[in-house]
Amino acid sequence: MSDELLPHGHPTRAPASQRGRTAEVLEHAKALGKQIEVTIDGRAITVPLGTTILESAQQLGIRIPTLCYHQDLCLAGVCRICVVEVEGQRALQASCSYPITAPIHVKTHTPAVRKARRHILDLMLANHYGECYTCNRNGNCELQSLAEEYGVDYFRFGRMEKPRYEIDLSSHALVRDMNKCVLCRRCVRTCIDLQEVGVLEAIDRGNRIKIATFGDKPLSDVVCINCGQCINRCPTGALRANDNTDEVWQAIDDPTKHVVIQTAPSPRAGIGECFGLPPGQPMTFRMNTALRYCGFDKVFDTNFAADLTIIEEGTELLLRLKAAMANDECRMMNDESALQHPERSQSQSIHNSSFINHNFPVPLPQFTSCSPGWVKFAEHFYPEYLDHVSTCKSPQQMFGALLKTFYAEKTGVNPRDIVTVALMPCSAKKFECNRPEMCASGYKDIDYGLTTRELAKMIREVGVDLPNMPKSDFDDPFGTATGSGVIFGVTGGVMESAIRTVFELVTGKKVENLFDHAEVVPVRGFEGIRYAELPIVEVGPVPAIISHLFKDWNWLKGATLKVAVAHGTANAKRVMEDIKAGGKFSECHFIEFMACPGGCLGGGGQPIPTSPEIRAARAKAIYDEDRSYTIRKSHENPALLQVYADFLTDGPCGHRSHKLLHTHYTPRGKYIA
Amino acid sequence: MIAETTHGSLTFCSIEPDSGLGSALERPPADALGRIEASGLRGRGGAGFPTSLKWELAIKSPGEYKYVICNADEGEPGTFKDRVILSDFADLVFEGMTIGAFVIGAKHGIVYLRGEYAYLRSHLENVLRRRRAQNLLGKNIHGLEGFDFDVEIRMGAGAYVCGEETALIESLEGQRGEPRNRPPFPIDTGYLGNPTIVNNVETFAWVVCILAKGAKWFNSIGTKKSTGLKLFSVSGDCSQPGVYEFPMGITVAELLKEVGGEGAKAVQVGGAAGQCVPAAQFERTIAYEDVPTGGSVIVFGPGRDMLRVAENFLEFFADESCGQCTPCREGTPKLIEGVKMLQQGRCSMQYLHELCSLGETMQAASKCGLGQMAPNAFLSIVEHFQDEILGRIGR
Ligand SMILES: Cc1cc2nc3c(=O)[nH]c(=O)nc-3n(C[C@H](O)[C@H](O)[C@H](O)COP(=O)(O)O)c2cc1C
Ligand code: SF4
Ligand code: SF4
Ligand code: SF4
Ligand code: SF4
Ligand code: FES
Repeated sequence: MSDELLPHGHPTRAPASQRGRTAEVLEHAKALGKQIEVTIDGRAITVPLGTTILESAQQLGIRIPTLCYHQDLCLAGVCRICVVEVEGQRALQASCSYPITAPIHVKTHTPAVRKARRHILDLMLANHYGECYTCNRNGNCELQSLAEEYGVDYFRFGRMEKPRYEIDLSSHALVRDMNKCVLCRRCVRTCIDLQEVGVLEAIDRGNRIKIATFGDKPLSDVVCINCGQCINRCPTGALRANDNTDEVWQAIDDPTKHVVIQTAPSPRAGIGECFGLPPGQPMTFRMNTALRYCGFDKVFDTNFAADLTIIEEGTELLLRLKAAMANDECRMMNDESALQHPERSQSQSIHNSSFINHNFPVPLPQFTSCSPGWVKFAEHFYPEYLDHVSTCKSPQQMFGALLKTFYAEKTGVNPRDIVTVALMPCSAKKFECNRPEMCASGYKDIDYGLTTRELAKMIREVGVDLPNMPKSDFDDPFGTATGSGVIFGVTGGVMESAIRTVFELVTGKKVENLFDHAEVVPVRGFEGIRYAELPIVEVGPVPAIISHLFKDWNWLKGATLKVAVAHGTANAKRVMEDIKAGGKFSECHFIEFMACPGGCLGGGGQPIPTSPEIRAARAKAIYDEDRSYTIRKSHENPALLQVYADFLTDGPCGHRSHKLLHTHYTPRGKYIA
Repeated sequence: MIAETTHGSLTFCSIEPDSGLGSALERPPADALGRIEASGLRGRGGAGFPTSLKWELAIKSPGEYKYVICNADEGEPGTFKDRVILSDFADLVFEGMTIGAFVIGAKHGIVYLRGEYAYLRSHLENVLRRRRAQNLLGKNIHGLEGFDFDVEIRMGAGAYVCGEETALIESLEGQRGEPRNRPPFPIDTGYLGNPTIVNNVETFAWVVCILAKGAKWFNSIGTKKSTGLKLFSVSGDCSQPGVYEFPMGITVAELLKEVGGEGAKAVQVGGAAGQCVPAAQFERTIAYEDVPTGGSVIVFGPGRDMLRVAENFLEFFADESCGQCTPCREGTPKLIEGVKMLQQGRCSMQYLHELCSLGETMQAASKCGLGQMAPNAFLSIVEHFQDEILGRIGR
């Protein structure tokens, strides 16, 4: 066939049936702005053309049950629990995926609809290994609540008597129990559409169908980045985090062990939800008391380590920029052609702030390394860019390394007897703390990672009602951290903290001169990818803490720092592909990547459910906490400066810091043997 | 197996090459569309959607690139007429597709060929090559400036559900063959998101006949709502199985007489997805408004065990279900279990009611035609062969 006649049109990405083409059409139709009137259960409402029946019903306050539908995901229309009657249509229609394009009449609970819903539930339960009392999701399971809501009182079509599938316990982060799977495919859509990792897919067909990894391999052997986003969107107990509470209890109960816990910023913004509070109620100081009540010997704030990360990572960035500069000068001197083509050498010059020299490459932009999901994503999909990833360990791991060295020395506790627990919003942190390279002190930096959900369970187990606990502060010697540490929990937070610090270190001026209340608004928000430029008009003296590394900042004068932020690995992929293609992001100097949508506050260890509104409420709690601190910049953290003075005496990015606080990465590639 | 006698008398044999396309190109596309509309032609793939309406919607749907897809997946049990058309009348199919392209403004056509028909591929490619050489495909077809269209052949891989038009498109796009949510329909969001018409092999062939012989000729045959002629694939307990051409609206009894199937106990019309018509209802007509069919007719002689028949069909669906939606994926195996219980006399009357009710839910709530039709055979057998079944009911 002639070439000109080959297929045209936009190439498609990922499984379209799961992406639900309707979503695109809806957007298209909505963009037209046409309105249309529908009646649902006799009540009229005018909605934009293309709105689904479900959305319209929700606006009317009419509840239609859903299961495969999730606000964050494209439409699937597979569970059929949401069916309704549309007048004039022979079959029932799935309201979640039915875009309204004509003035229709809908009935949401006719006998046929009610019968169908009951049947669908009965069928699901017949193929579900229901053992609620031992199930991780007991009390927070969509299948369970639907069964209750629709008055399921017996197993009409029987039940699964014994498990059909082996439970996959291979991963440090996730457990997959397909005996509880109802095949809603939210996990599939999360992984491939939301995260664009693509670990999970439905295999086989008919009732032999199951959700599986590539080649049905154990999760630990595939490209899973442990982000846990699939867990947060699974309606049942089929997916869960690898629970370490038993081990933590054991350590607590062992009198010879000194058990310390560090708490990350996001869990405190979310844990209230596990105790019936609306999202966005910060629990920081009540949680401290509850943790002591559980038996932890010390309670520390991960934000201390976040501040430490900013100092280390900020210094690393400045060092990279300096090295790029040095290369640049060297090249200019050697490169005859630069003289002949002044415009070209200009483009390499500092005042254009390119810093990026393709002949003597210093890996720029520098990428953040605090999100272990992102790090593993980079190891699998962009191994050739690993030298761009900051060598800094994540705050969790830095803190662990300090606890087993500095803290052990200071308190005289044998590091062998220190058990370090990290409360994290994250499932990938469970994988991270088990990386073999993460034991700088000779002991595992972090022994156990706990998720927000797991801690809520522990707190409940000791009979504590968290919202009514009195408040108490963090323990010394790390004290209460700064606002900069807190905002690590939200997308853009690391960048904002870095900007606050780097700007002040370099210019000697208050960042408030540039941004009201030191709030770096351009990097805030939930837009998937954000970009900002920060002109360095003047420079100041080099502060003492890094004066051994830099003589002056003159080489930065007049430069413009270009930064970007991406959250969710799908957005990370966009940015990486742009860098590969030499686009705008390849000109950046520093890029923050977070594996999870919304940043850590949307992490795979956070309370279930999740939605854009819930994540926004958690973000607000985090920004409020930042505002409530008197010290809001990492480099002003007094406890941190003390640690540099007493322990990390050769300064940021010094020898000791390199040994304890920095790490390396493993190119993994995406091909599975 | 085409009965010798019938073959020669097929309308398709009498159509002059290129007469349909030639006639269409003489006037603007709207004229050809008007003639197809006047003929009353409805889709020959089973669902019976008016062909002209489908094409009209695709014309109206905005899009620079439009596609014509020929559904040659022919997976319905007991259907083999598309195979005969593709082997013996491939030119008619490509000619029909070209007319479709002319009408809706497509440049690209795809034949989605059933995996098991791979042996036909080289034959079809030869025909395509010849047509290109004859300027019946390619650039400026028939010398008509700007009318470019070509056809490629793509292979299915043996999944019945890929005959469902949206699953077919998914499969063409390289995805798991699973039906999409509808709306949107292929006519506005089809292959690669572009307006697409999907039609059965036979539909395209009839389009050519209509343009060649006139809409009047076509709509004077058959019933008011089901005009024209249709090919039937007849199999089962009859003396002369094969592919036949009959007018729409023929009664089951008349058909049985032609194929030597008198004395049948029941006839399955429309394949596994169709209905089981008992002897008492053999005066019913085969037409979209009565007993619809995509062409499959399976005759059951007096000796057949109808529960076995139901079980056999259900097993087919359970195996071919894409597994996407709950009613079909989970419901079909429950019906099979039920049939087994009936066979063993372990099924209570109450549970049988429950199963019939479940069948209704599957018809109403399944995502695509497969699940919606899966219980048909079971339900009609339970309805029409109560005596045979109730005899084995437990208490
Ligand atoms: C499960 C299923 C299988 C189908 N298989 C076929 C098939 O093999 N061939 C076919 O032409 N249509 C098949 N169809 C119908 C198509 O979806 C579609 O309606 C048809 O191709 C339209 O063509 P027509 O209007 O010319 O009949 C199938 C439908 C379903 C639900
Ligand atoms: S997934 Fe839900 S219904 Fe199933 S056992 Fe767990 S809590 Fe119960
Ligand atoms: S944890 Fe993340 S990468 Fe792994 S399967 Fe779930 S969504 Fe995919
Ligand atoms: S594992 Fe959970 S999210 Fe995935 S299909 Fe099963 S029930 Fe749905
Ligand atoms: S009805 Fe059956 S074949 Fe159709 S989408 Fe549902 S599971 Fe798949
Ligand atoms: S919620 Fe609509 S089909 Fe699952």
